[in-house]
Amino acid sequence: MMPERRSFILNSLKSLGLATAGGLVWGGFIEEGRSAPLILRPPGAVPEKQFIASCIKCGMCVEACPYEALKLATPGENKPIGTPYLIPRINPCRMCKDIPCVPACPTGSLDKALVSDKDESGETKLNIDLAKMGLAVIDRETCIAYSGIQCDACYRACPLIDKAITVEYTRNVRTGKHAMLAPVVHSKACTGCGMCEKACVTKKASIFILPREIAMGESSERYVKGWDERDENRLKDVPEKVTTETPRSEKKAVDYLNEEF
Amino acid sequence: MNISRRDFLKTTAAVSAATAIGMAVPDELKAIAKETEAGWRWDKSVCRFCGTGCGIMVATKDDMIVAVKGDPAAPVNMGLNCIKGYFNAKIMYGADRLTEPLLRVNDKGEFDKKGKFKPVTWEKAFDEMAKQFKKHYSALGPTGVAVFGSGQYTIMEGVAAVKLIKGGFRSNNIDPNARHCMASAVAAFMQTFGIDEPAGNYDDMHYADSIILWGANMAEMHPVLWSKVTDRKLSKPDWVKIVNISTFANRCSSISDVEIIIKPSTDLAILNYITREIVYNRPDAIDWDFVNKNCVFATGPVDIGYGLRPQVDHKKYKPGELDTAGKEAFKIITKEEAQAMSALGIKEGQKMEMKNAKTPDNHWLISFDDFKKGLEPYTLDFVAALAKGDPDESIEDFKKKLVTLVDLYAAKERKVTSFWTMGFNQHIRGTWVNEQAYTVHLLLGKQSQPGNSAFSLTGQPSACGTAREVGTFSHRLPSDMVVANPKHREISEKIWKLPEGTLNPVPGSHYMKIMRDLEDGKIKWVWVQVNNPWQNSANMNHWITAAREMDNFIVVSEAYPGISAKVADLILPSAMIFEKWGAYGNAERRTQHWRQQVTPVGHAMSDTWQMVEFSKRLTLAEVWKEHKISPEVTLPNILEKAKAMGYKETDTLFDVLFANNEAKTYKWPDPVGEGFMNSEAAGDKRNVEGFKGYGFFLQKYLWEEYRKFTLGNGHDLADFDTYHKVRGLRWPVVDGKETLWRFNSEYDPYAKAANTGQFAFYGKAFKELPSGDLLGPKGEEKVKFPNKAKIFLRHYIDPAEIPDNEYPLWLSTGRVLEHWHSGTMTMRVPELYRAVPEAVCSMNPKDAKTHNVKDGDLIWVESRRGKVKVHVETRGRNNPPRGLIFVPWFDEHVLINKVTLDATCPISKETDFKKCAVKIYKA
Repeated sequence: MMPERRSFILNSLKSLGLATAGGLVWGGFIEEGRSAPLILRPPGAVPEKQFIASCIKCGMCVEACPYEALKLATPGENKPIGTPYLIPRINPCRMCKDIPCVPACPTGSLDKALVSDKDESGETKLNIDLAKMGLAVIDRETCIAYSGIQCDACYRACPLIDKAITVEYTRNVRTGKHAMLAPVVHSKACTGCGMCEKACVTKKASIFILPREIAMGESSERYVKGWDERDENRLKDVPEKVTTETPRSEKKAVDYLNEEF
Repeated sequence: MNISRRDFLKTTAAVSAATAIGMAVPDELKAIAKETEAGWRWDKSVCRFCGTGCGIMVATKDDMIVAVKGDPAAPVNMGLNCIKGYFNAKIMYGADRLTEPLLRVNDKGEFDKKGKFKPVTWEKAFDEMAKQFKKHYSALGPTGVAVFGSGQYTIMEGVAAVKLIKGGFRSNNIDPNARHCMASAVAAFMQTFGIDEPAGNYDDMHYADSIILWGANMAEMHPVLWSKVTDRKLSKPDWVKIVNISTFANRCSSISDVEIIIKPSTDLAILNYITREIVYNRPDAIDWDFVNKNCVFATGPVDIGYGLRPQVDHKKYKPGELDTAGKEAFKIITKEEAQAMSALGIKEGQKMEMKNAKTPDNHWLISFDDFKKGLEPYTLDFVAALAKGDPDESIEDFKKKLVTLVDLYAAKERKVTSFWTMGFNQHIRGTWVNEQAYTVHLLLGKQSQPGNSAFSLTGQPSACGTAREVGTFSHRLPSDMVVANPKHREISEKIWKLPEGTLNPVPGSHYMKIMRDLEDGKIKWVWVQVNNPWQNSANMNHWITAAREMDNFIVVSEAYPGISAKVADLILPSAMIFEKWGAYGNAERRTQHWRQQVTPVGHAMSDTWQMVEFSKRLTLAEVWKEHKISPEVTLPNILEKAKAMGYKETDTLFDVLFANNEAKTYKWPDPVGEGFMNSEAAGDKRNVEGFKGYGFFLQKYLWEEYRKFTLGNGHDLADFDTYHKVRGLRWPVVDGKETLWRFNSEYDPYAKAANTGQFAFYGKAFKELPSGDLLGPKGEEKVKFPNKAKIFLRHYIDPAEIPDNEYPLWLSTGRVLEHWHSGTMTMRVPELYRAVPEAVCSMNPKDAKTHNVKDGDLIWVESRRGKVKVHVETRGRNNPPRGLIFVPWFDEHVLINKVTLDATCPISKETDFKKCAVKIYKA
């Protein structure tokens, strides 16, 4: 993006801010975002609460994005004004290897450490595959692959094909002669880039990116799948001490026992 | 009752599915379907896109296509579709659809080659077209005009085209884009079996235990067939084995048990390795009973060139092209070639003159001993070293895979189906490599039985039905007949009611030669129908210059503005699939008809109408006079004979070819079209320039007349009306019954009639040959071998161009699932456009690193012929090995055919789009 575009965006934001918030250039804007949990942040973004606090709305990441995929929130979008975000259906993250938006961030709101690991030589390097911008979620009722149409456009569009999205093969019992090739998302690998959402051919995308904390559940800490060795890893840092509480256990045992019938 | 649109669609789909398979539908649900369908008319049709031939149902309302659904009653797809098929309802309504004729004109409104396109009437368009035709036709004769036809013609369009060009113009310069697609398959079918098209059918994939893909990315190019292959795999996951043989990893690898990445062209060597392994080390695997009863052994010359221009220093070549061009004259034999062809006494460093470049299809019979001798050099060690395509794979792993491949073919208890598409056909030795696949199947006796099938998959919706069966090739006539055969010309002249001697005996220019002739000024009038030659032809910088800078007249019939329309002088707006009556023939010989559903948009008219109207502009006196074709051949004046048949000199080709007395016996209205329109027969509500229709059922006439060619010779088609009662029939259709496995007397009445046991390869072509040894035929005496197929020995030879220091990478081109061919239709469907808006260059990450480029970078891909800019992708659907890049050709902003080489298989004349040498650098 040309620097002019960035200053244009910032200037128009500021002037809007001045007009609407009477001089409180940024402070007032933040209000608009508190109720927008569905926002998708650039790669390497620190957790949302922290992000809102540390992002100085400078637009450097937006300027660094070669695909103009990142946008700065403007008033009326119901997003924290001036903060960067993505709309995958329109312009997804292309998962650049050098992640230009991240080093561009002056405050660490986009944190290199979150998208870096060590390469073969032990050197710390940016690795976009570690990004966790969001998670692709499939509406199986509208996804046409789940009804046997040979689509899988999302699968072929996935930069981490066969890792973040794989194909599940099942027999089509209706015809008895065809197979269903249905896409399945794997949260461990999915970066939330949104290439799948953009490629989806249904009228409204049947695969779409949600922030991970909204899209994902969390399994119990006290049960390990006996058939899956790796499942145990999930529980590495779980505190060993357990006390469970329910309304039934509110009373001390002795108090309960001493109660009249 | 109020139900939402989505519920409605689901309900109607459920009801048609249920009805089709005879399930009871609750009355309440039936009522909903009826109510919501009120005002929507559903009728059966066929998908516009690939050669799979999926049946669809089309809904119309208020003269518009409002929806499609997969046809649950269609045996091929049983209601399913791929995403291209899913969008059939949207392909006709692009905002920039061509709706009126456009002519390049000057300020005064006169035709001007350098003028801008302006709308003109059909009248003015045909006037200019005829004026230009007559100018060039009288100066150059029948060879000075040409038609680029199509594997997407309806069958009736193909019939009209062949009749008009071959019978009317007396020119054989009609050649379809199917030349780029299926010609190698055709040549191999003719040489091996003496008759075209696959023996088996799609059920083969439900019976096969080993499914071997050779250069066939079915997962993207034949998605519905791929779902059938996948189902077979899922039915017995541990027993059914799939092998994917390709020059790069593609989506088929996902469910394959073995992925074999090979160096381009080395499929020739691998097939010989398989055959050698069987012959030398597993002779018990040979079905000698089958071979002795049904086969002969054959071979042909190896010094046949590369289908480039015979004149290697042609003045239109750019200096950089000359070294590759020179391979047409001779090549220096490499170490590998010497070893491969050592049985022929060929030595490393030797200069091989391409002495048989003009006679590449010569072949002769050899003994089994000679056949065996010829195979001797193709050992595992030699072939593995030659063929391993991934430099990062170990030779031991690669060898293991080759051995497994032999196991999967040879094991007695395994039924084997081999599939191939463009990897085989678009090949400098495409005919050979097709034949080698038959060699393996025939030796093992695994052919023409359920699940035992060497199966050439076709790319286009009617490459089989029209291009091949009707014979819209420059050397062909309907039903596998050829113009060079006097008997075949006689049969054709009789059926078409042409005077004896009308048809030109000299094969015309094939697709690439039409382009070259245009560049040489030998062809000056070209008509393009249902395809996009200036995007689909290799080395296209030459042809664009020839079209735009030289004295010629180019007519392009099109539905949307594409590259060919852009280079045209006159553009004719064409009706699309559901705007006309038609029929397609798919890859399993299934012929499927449909009715016209809606009025064409704007002033668009069908290609058939365009040809028929143009035929009104030519009198017999203008075309049926004497024509000198070559120093040796002169076409006689046939006007006297024509008069004896009751024609007049002033009659037009319209009177004779299309509106003759027989044609007029096909009345319109006809019960088969009750409730449907027929713009050709009766005109339509638009009343385009006063056109009220021909008054007879033109399409039915063309069908029924064409059908006469097919009866009694193994190509039998059913009558017109029958196809409107069924979901397609696989020919030959004898006594109302379709044929499932040809050449097998259990299924094929022709094989049964041959009375030679269980099998009869009864095709008639090339069934009388001289015998000889590996070096050539000995003596003049010819042997007849009716009802037998040939087991060919063919050899490995390097491609015309291989990577070197300056151009270090292989380039392969191809397609993607989301787009059809040059994208004129699918790039106008918003959902498909969004899914894949541009062609990208697939590249190995290590090559990207070496060339200092990364994902998303814009690079130049440059060959000796041209260059294009394209974005890099290293982690997508295709994963090439180091040393090879892949760029699809659908995107007119990435005209990769500026880069490709126009070398062809010398026998089939089909271009090899899969291999040339390129360099890449940052743009």
